[in-house]
Amino acid sequence: MNRIDTCFSALKAAGKKALVTFTMAGDPDEKTSLEILHTLAQKADILEIGMPFTDPMADGPVIQAAGLRALAGGTTLKSTLFIVQQFRSKNKDTPIVLMGYFNPVLQYGVDKFINDCKELGVDGLIIVDIPPEEAGEIAPKAQQNNIAFIRLLTPTADQSRLDKILGVASGFLYYVSVAGITGTASADPKVVGAHIASIKKQTSLPVVAGFGIKTPQDAKAMAAVADGIVVGSALVQTIESAGEKHTLAKDLEEQAAALLEAIRA
Amino acid sequence: MKTNTNSYRSGPDENGHFGAYGGRYVAETLMPLILDVEKAWHAARDDDAFWKEFHALAADFIGRPSPLYYAKKTTEHLGGAKVYFKRDELNHTGAHKINHCLGQILVARRMGKTRIIAETGAGQHGVATATVCALFDLPCTVFMGAEDVERQKPNVFRMKLLGAEVIPVTSGSSTLKDAMNEALRYWVANVHDTYYLIGTVAGPHPYPEMVRDFQSVIGNELREQMRQKEGRLPDSLVACIGGGSNAMGLFHPFLDDSGVKMYGVEAGGHGVMTNKHAASLSGGKPGVLHGMKSYFLQNDDGQITEAHSISAGLDYPGIGPEHAWLYDEKRVEYVSVTDDEALEAFKLMAKLEGIIPALEPSHAFAHVIKTAPSLPKDHIMVMNLCGRGDKDIFTVAEKLNVTI
Repeated sequence: MNRIDTCFSALKAAGKKALVTFTMAGDPDEKTSLEILHTLAQKADILEIGMPFTDPMADGPVIQAAGLRALAGGTTLKSTLFIVQQFRSKNKDTPIVLMGYFNPVLQYGVDKFINDCKELGVDGLIIVDIPPEEAGEIAPKAQQNNIAFIRLLTPTADQSRLDKILGVASGFLYYVSVAGITGTASADPKVVGAHIASIKKQTSLPVVAGFGIKTPQDAKAMAAVADGIVVGSALVQTIESAGEKHTLAKDLEEQAAALLEAIRA
Repeated sequence: MKTNTNSYRSGPDENGHFGAYGGRYVAETLMPLILDVEKAWHAARDDDAFWKEFHALAADFIGRPSPLYYAKKTTEHLGGAKVYFKRDELNHTGAHKINHCLGQILVARRMGKTRIIAETGAGQHGVATATVCALFDLPCTVFMGAEDVERQKPNVFRMKLLGAEVIPVTSGSSTLKDAMNEALRYWVANVHDTYYLIGTVAGPHPYPEMVRDFQSVIGNELREQMRQKEGRLPDSLVACIGGGSNAMGLFHPFLDDSGVKMYGVEAGGHGVMTNKHAASLSGGKPGVLHGMKSYFLQNDDGQITEAHSISAGLDYPGIGPEHAWLYDEKRVEYVSVTDDEALEAFKLMAKLEGIIPALEPSHAFAHVIKTAPSLPKDHIMVMNLCGRGDKDIFTVAEKLNVTI
C-alpha cells in the first residue's frame, strides 16, 4: 500500500470520487508553484505535478506554455524534486504523482531518480512517452520501490492493447477521455462511461478520467462514470492569467472547491 | 539484435530496436496508430505487387534510376581518389525525399487513409509530400515552424501550388522539431483518417526501418551501376546527415561489405565545440525524443536544445536511431563539416562540375575535398549528391553579401 492505494480505499469506503489536479512545477515560479500545491491539497485528493520538458508531445498549448514558463524560470528536474521535498515536509498524506517525459529522467539517471522519488515521498509516476513496450528501463524499478507506474488508456485501445496495459498497470488507470492532447474539447460521458464500465470489469484498479475536463459540469459528468477525474489545463489557465493579481491562491481554491463540489454532490 | 549477429543489416528487432536505440517512445494515445502502420508496412513489404507499383512510379514519375556519374573534373582537381556522384539531385522535386514519400503514400493508401500530414524544415520534404499527395489526390497538411515559413517562402509557395495546406507552428521554438511535435499532436487527434508521412529515418518504429527500406533504392542502384562501370564495389561512401535518410539509403545495402568504408557527414555549423551546430553524434548524447531513443542535442537537464546549420535540411537536433547504433558499433565513421567549409564546397562544385548542389550534400562534398587528395588513384569514392541547390541560392547569396 502506498498513499495512492490508501487514498482510493478511503474514497471507495465513503462512496466518493477522486479529484486529481495537475499543475506544472516551477509555474509561474518555483516558490509560487509550491504554494499552489499547498492550496490545491486542501481540496484535491491527489496532486499531479508536471516535470517541465521542452517538447511535450502529448500536451496542448496551455500545458506546453506552462512548461516553457517553468524552464524559462530555471526549473530543472532537480529543482522539481526540491519542490516535492518542501511540500512533503509540511504535508505527509496527499499522494503525489510526477508526470512528464522520459528524457529529463534519463539524463538525471533512472536509478537516482527512483531513489530520490522514494526518499522524497513520491507515490506515482506518469512518464508519458514510456508505453509498456519500453518500460523495462524504469517501471520495474519504480514498482520495486513502491512507486506506482501509472498507465494511460485510450479510447482507441482494442482488447489486446487493454490486456497488455492491465498486465503492467499499478496505482490507478488514467483514462484519456478524448483522443488527442491535453486541454482540448470535452468528451462524451456516455461513450467514455461505457468503455470505462467494460474496463472496470477486468481490473480492480481505480479508473480516473482526464483530458478535456475543464468545468464543474464536465467534472460531474465524468465523475459519474469513473472513480475520479483529472483537471489540468483549466487550473494552469488560471495560473497563466493571474499575472500580477494577488488573488491566485483564492481563485485556485475556489476553482478546486467548485470541482470538488460538483463531483461530490 | 535478433537473428543474425554477424550482420549489420538484420535490424531492427521486433520492437524496433537497433541495439540500445530506436523503439517506440510514444504516448499511449499514439501506440494503436503506430502498431497499425507497422502492420500495414510489413504486409506491403512482403507483397510483390506493392514493390511493382513502387518501382514503376519510381521509374516514370521520379526518374529512377538516378545516374552514377564519374566526376572526372573533381577527381583531377583533387588528384587522389576516383570520385563518383550518385545523382539523386536529378530526381523529380530535386532531392532524395521523394523516394520515401512515394513509398509511404502507397502504404497510406493500403491503410485506407484519406488525409496526409507531414512536418518540414526547409520545405523539401513538404514539397515532396505535397507532390505525391497531388499525384494520388489526397489532401495534404504540412506543419512547418513559423520561422521556417518566413525563411523558406519559395517552398511554402510550391507546396501551396501543389494543393497543400501549410500550417505555421508557433509552439516551442517554432522550428523543425516543433513542427514534428505539432504533427504528432494533430495525428493523435485525427487517428481515424490520417497518415503521418515522416520525412526521415527517425520517429517511432517502424518509421526508421520503413524510410530506410524505401531510400535503399539509392544503394541498391549503386551496387548494380558500380558492377557495370567498375566491375567491383566502391571503397568508400560519403553522405551528409541530418536525420539521416539519404545516408541510410546509400549505406544500408553495403553494411555487410567490410571493404566498403562509410562516412556520415554531420552539420558542424560554427563548429561542434560551439553551441551552434547540428551534429547530434559528435556534439550530443543519447536521449529520447520524437518516439525514439537516439542521440540528441540537449542540456544537462535533458532539455532539447536548438540545432544550427547553414543548411535547413540538416538543422535537426537528433539523428535516426540506426545511425546512433552504427556510430556506437563504429561501422560508419561520422565526421562533421562547418558552414564555411560547406559553402566553399558548394562554390567549388558549381564552377568545377557545372552542378549547383544543395547545401546538404555540399557538406558531403566538403568531406570529399578533405579526404580524396590523400587517397590512392584506384580508390573509388562515391558521394551521394542527394539534392540540388536551386532552393539554396537565396541563403548562399546572403552569405556572400550578394543582393539578388
